[in-house]
Amino acid sequence: MKRFAPLILTALAACSTGEHPQAPSATPAAEARSAPIAFPSTYHAAPSGRVAVVGATVLTATGAEIANGTVLMAEGKIVAVGAGLAVPDGYATVDGRGKWVTPGVIDAHSHLGAWAQPETVEAVNDVNEMTDPNTAQVWVEHSVWPQDPGFDTAREAGVTTMMILPGSANLFGGRTVTLRNVPAVTMQEMKFPGAPYGLKIACGENPKRVYGAKGRSPMTRMGNVAGYRKAWIDAADYARRWDKWEKGSKADDPPKRDLQMETLAGVLKGEILVQNHCYRADEMANMIDIAHEFGFRISAFHHANEAYKIAPLLVKEGICVATWASWWGYKMEVYDAIEENAPIVHQAGGCAIIHSDDPIGIQRLNQEAAVALSSAWRAGMKIPKADAVKWFTANPAKALGIADRTGTLEPGKLADVVLWSADPFSIYARADRVWIEGNTVFDRADPQYRRHSDFTLGQAGATP
Amino acid sequence: MIRQMLMAAALIAAAPATAETVAIVDARILTMGPAGEIANGTIVMRDGRIVAVGPMVAVPPNARVIDGKGGIVAPGFIQADSTLGAVEVSQVPPSADRATHSAAISAGFDISQGLNPDSILLPVARLAGITHAVTAPLYDDRSGRELQFAGQAAVIDLGQQPEMVTRPRVAMVIEMGEGGAERAGGARGAAIVQLRETIADVRHFMRNRAAYDRGAGRPQPLSRIDLEALIPMVEGRMPLIVKVDRASDIIEMIAFARAEKLKIIVDGGGEGWRVAAAIAAAQVPVVVDPLADLPRSFSEIGATMDNAAKLAAAGVTVIIKTGSGVAHRARELRYGAGNAVAWGLPFDAALAAITINPARVFGVADRIGSLEPGKEADLVLWNGDPLEPLSRPLALFIKGRQMPLTARPLELRDRYMKAVP
Repeated sequence: MKRFAPLILTALAACSTGEHPQAPSATPAAEARSAPIAFPSTYHAAPSGRVAVVGATVLTATGAEIANGTVLMAEGKIVAVGAGLAVPDGYATVDGRGKWVTPGVIDAHSHLGAWAQPETVEAVNDVNEMTDPNTAQVWVEHSVWPQDPGFDTAREAGVTTMMILPGSANLFGGRTVTLRNVPAVTMQEMKFPGAPYGLKIACGENPKRVYGAKGRSPMTRMGNVAGYRKAWIDAADYARRWDKWEKGSKADDPPKRDLQMETLAGVLKGEILVQNHCYRADEMANMIDIAHEFGFRISAFHHANEAYKIAPLLVKEGICVATWASWWGYKMEVYDAIEENAPIVHQAGGCAIIHSDDPIGIQRLNQEAAVALSSAWRAGMKIPKADAVKWFTANPAKALGIADRTGTLEPGKLADVVLWSADPFSIYARADRVWIEGNTVFDRADPQYRRHSDFTLGQAGATP
Repeated sequence: MIRQMLMAAALIAAAPATAETVAIVDARILTMGPAGEIANGTIVMRDGRIVAVGPMVAVPPNARVIDGKGGIVAPGFIQADSTLGAVEVSQVPPSADRATHSAAISAGFDISQGLNPDSILLPVARLAGITHAVTAPLYDDRSGRELQFAGQAAVIDLGQQPEMVTRPRVAMVIEMGEGGAERAGGARGAAIVQLRETIADVRHFMRNRAAYDRGAGRPQPLSRIDLEALIPMVEGRMPLIVKVDRASDIIEMIAFARAEKLKIIVDGGGEGWRVAAAIAAAQVPVVVDPLADLPRSFSEIGATMDNAAKLAAAGVTVIIKTGSGVAHRARELRYGAGNAVAWGLPFDAALAAITINPARVFGVADRIGSLEPGKEADLVLWNGDPLEPLSRPLALFIKGRQMPLTARPLELRDRYMKAVP
């Protein structure tokens, strides 16, 4: 455990990764007037050495499967990946023979920290601000408890990055946050530098049930849609008022900031990515029409169990599909879920993601992908493992807006790497070592790396 | 090739069930019985039963022969702690018959009645090699918070015939620990006292049935239905499934069972590994979810992926389940077993934990759970390791009937896959 204190606290003065603003596409001036950088990331990668993993089968998540591969990491970045590369001087060698390497696992849909363990304890459940159908003003990062033991078990399973979402009780649940899975005391120490925010939108049964039960709108799907449209009308108006002030003399006082409208306007400006909980094909089509009406993009449909029914539409719109293979049947909107959902989207040329929405499931995204891949093979879709690995690495990175930094093993990308004991599509594979920016954050052979949560410390029966 | 085999299987199953002799040849057979593993053998089924299994079995001349192609034959899996047959859509109450919140019936609730052989969940679970389930009642806490027992579990088969109950009333179900405490007013001690009092009531009722029938004698808080249902349990003939996780709760229930001469099965047992020796000494089986490795509650602080392996190593009879009360996700059972193997449980023990162990513990090992002559022909031919996601069944038999490897989700797949190049 002591090992982690210097890892987190040692700041690199010259580290560029720790200083990015949260909305990289916004101009500094715009941020200064409307949204000063709030809750900036204090995450810093510790200085990392040079590591060469040799002899493993490498799935790069760019479509390649490399036998007897070498992965070179230095200064937190991937330097080179290839078959049988010579290891340059100064690299510590890790024997990967008989093992497999993938990029760090990325979960596009997690509630870790916000709906923390012990999950039966209401005191640590801060995921749904169920007080109004529109709570776009809340930021889930303010609910994140970094001591959630679920972060530890996810890290032991190779998860290096995840997006935490609020909701789904509300039409607009609030802002998401993307975290690096490092042991930390504050959320800011985990916050992925430069990762764009997301806005959680929820379709369907959850918002209509929650508010219908309270005798207020929405209590139907048409009520849901009316609620979204009203909010976008208000947001467009808010954005116009700011634009007018911005383009004018700025002599008058600026409009008053409104946190709810600020988030929605951020979507209209393309700075905040829409992460839309939406199961049914017909509802996804409605949401696409709303996006067209108000001129924004949807980054990903989450859960999206009926994506297979409209795969060409989703491909045309460039919307990722984050889904499971196994979950179905717990409510009507998942009655038509099929294991082949992600593969069918993939085969249509789309961006398919296997996500968890679950503290147990996040530990086995590779296995869930294996279930989806198996269903593809059963159906005659010849998808190679080298492509299916993208479902829990490259594609979630794309949906989260961080694909330029992580998600594949390519030179220049962050050295987020997992060394698996076996083929990650095998039920028997376990993450043996996990690196985030070239730093070991988990090593199965070293008990110091297990269970860092303060909550589990000193508890009876807590495992080492 | 695979699709041709599936279509052939569908045609066979669509035909009327006839007294057929079927032989699967050239397969590795994991019998889970005294014959152990047969590296390359033949298994012969006739009239719904296994008639021969071994390396040197002659194929009867009238037999339909299935080429195992070096695949693996294993007994059909048994999902313990399931609600298969008792639910269609979890959040649609009229489609679910897995729980009652009636104040008039708790222990008397017999889930073996009112099951639906046409449930679309059964073919889905079969695609994962599951041929049987222990369908167990859940609590419905909409009202009747004082409810003590969830009701009685049954072993069912997934053959989609009206006679789907393999054995009814195999166990009584109760939640103790945190859940029991909540129903007893907020304390574990209160739940234990209440359970002891209930048992005393049942014993009193048994001794004074004539007086009860005359409307005389001590008033009973339980309905007659509940009192009658509890008799086999208090006599130690029907096991009591006790849902507990905390190590101290497990120890408490073992002592309670010894004092009251009850037969118990621990369900959950998240911290079971910490008291594995005591559980083994008491010969109490444990139904575990191997994936439960988080402190979901203060009763599961010590939850770990090693639980199943450590329990088995201590000599406990381990049964693996996935989740609790699962129906839709029952098909993940084999992955739960596979993960237990990855965390130290020997492969054979993991397979036993989803076949012969639940069969023995729930009193149906004379019929199912292993591949032995005389037992029902409930078995699956796999194209590889049955615990691996990338493996899948090529043929599946329930009571000797070859079942179609189709399901509504596959029909949905086929309807929409046409649109995808």
